[in-house]
Amino acid sequence: MPARTITITSGKGGVGKTTLTANLAVALASRGQRVIAIDADIGLRNLDVVMGLENRIVYDLVDVVEGTCRLRQAMIRDKRMESLYLLPAAQKRDKTAVTPDDMRALIDQLHRDFDFILVDSPAGIEQGFQNAIAGVSEVIIVTTPEVSAVRDADRIIGLVEAAEKDPPRLVINRIKPAMVKQGDMLSTEDVIEVLAINLLGIVPDDEEIIVSTNRGAPAAYDGTSPAGRAFHNIARRVMGENVPFLDLDSKPGMFNRILSWFRSG
Amino acid sequence: MKLLNKLFGKDERRVASKELAKERLRVVLIHDRTDVSPELLETLRQEIIAVISEHVIIDETEGIEVTISQTRGRSRLQANIPLLGMRRRARPATRAPSRSGAATS
Repeated sequence: MPARTITITSGKGGVGKTTLTANLAVALASRGQRVIAIDADIGLRNLDVVMGLENRIVYDLVDVVEGTCRLRQAMIRDKRMESLYLLPAAQKRDKTAVTPDDMRALIDQLHRDFDFILVDSPAGIEQGFQNAIAGVSEVIIVTTPEVSAVRDADRIIGLVEAAEKDPPRLVINRIKPAMVKQGDMLSTEDVIEVLAINLLGIVPDDEEIIVSTNRGAPAAYDGTSPAGRAFHNIARRVMGENVPFLDLDSKPGMFNRILSWFRSG
Repeated sequence: MKLLNKLFGKDERRVASKELAKERLRVVLIHDRTDVSPELLETLRQEIIAVISEHVIIDETEGIEVTISQTRGRSRLQANIPLLGMRRRARPATRAPSRSGAATS
């Protein structure tokens, strides 16, 4: 059976593509899926540090494409998980080192060994983005509830439709429930209404992301922080489960907080 | 309630900033989603006005809107042109306007 192929992209930089890719990869792998995460951001690689695998890189994606090494040699297995691999980007090259055809050929080779092939796209709409969506059928678009990020997401939706992929799905990252409540942040509904796109997940703004990135252990490993739970919910929806969206409406009251101790996740 | 709002520094007249964000996004996306430049839109506007002015009297003081909007991937050209009335045929002696030549000036 061919793998599911999913690119995570956004248009705007800094909205959480790499964090989502790393956490989705971990969450899917923790559910028994065979996952490889490919960093397509050549020259500005970061998926390796977010996943905590930066010290184990020998070869990279460009080495594979140029035939310097075999694909297997460039794949780094995450020892904390049963079947999670990283294919790192090259750091000292640029996006012209790879073509969309190279990416298609690369992904073709991975199909039989994996259930999920995730591609972390660079920001922007140029060649790096075109490389990142080549060879995949699904696209997840990440945005934050800000005018600039939503605008860029809209642009990307148009490009994904033009590339004849499956209808893209949206993850809204870094929602601050208190600000939404007081009317100072676009709500999930606002963003969905403006973009007319299917929602895949919402991730609350969570300091744990910074801590886990410092450590090189994506929040989904633990999965108990608000963002970590959100990433697991996204993974479950990607796998076809019908999971209700997190209720981000304000902080839980005392009663709910006590209740949640008994509910775990 | 008013007193409470004052105490906590809430200004009732203040528009929730997300409403501004939403409105601004709507406007900017209409332009982003079409390849129609402002110049082309202006040309369209002038030519549409020129064509229909032959048959109707346009109320130019009311503001003429020619816009392109997009919903679910489809573009729509919308013209909102306030009218004052129908234009009579050039010669006042003729009662019924002749059908022939209606499209020429």
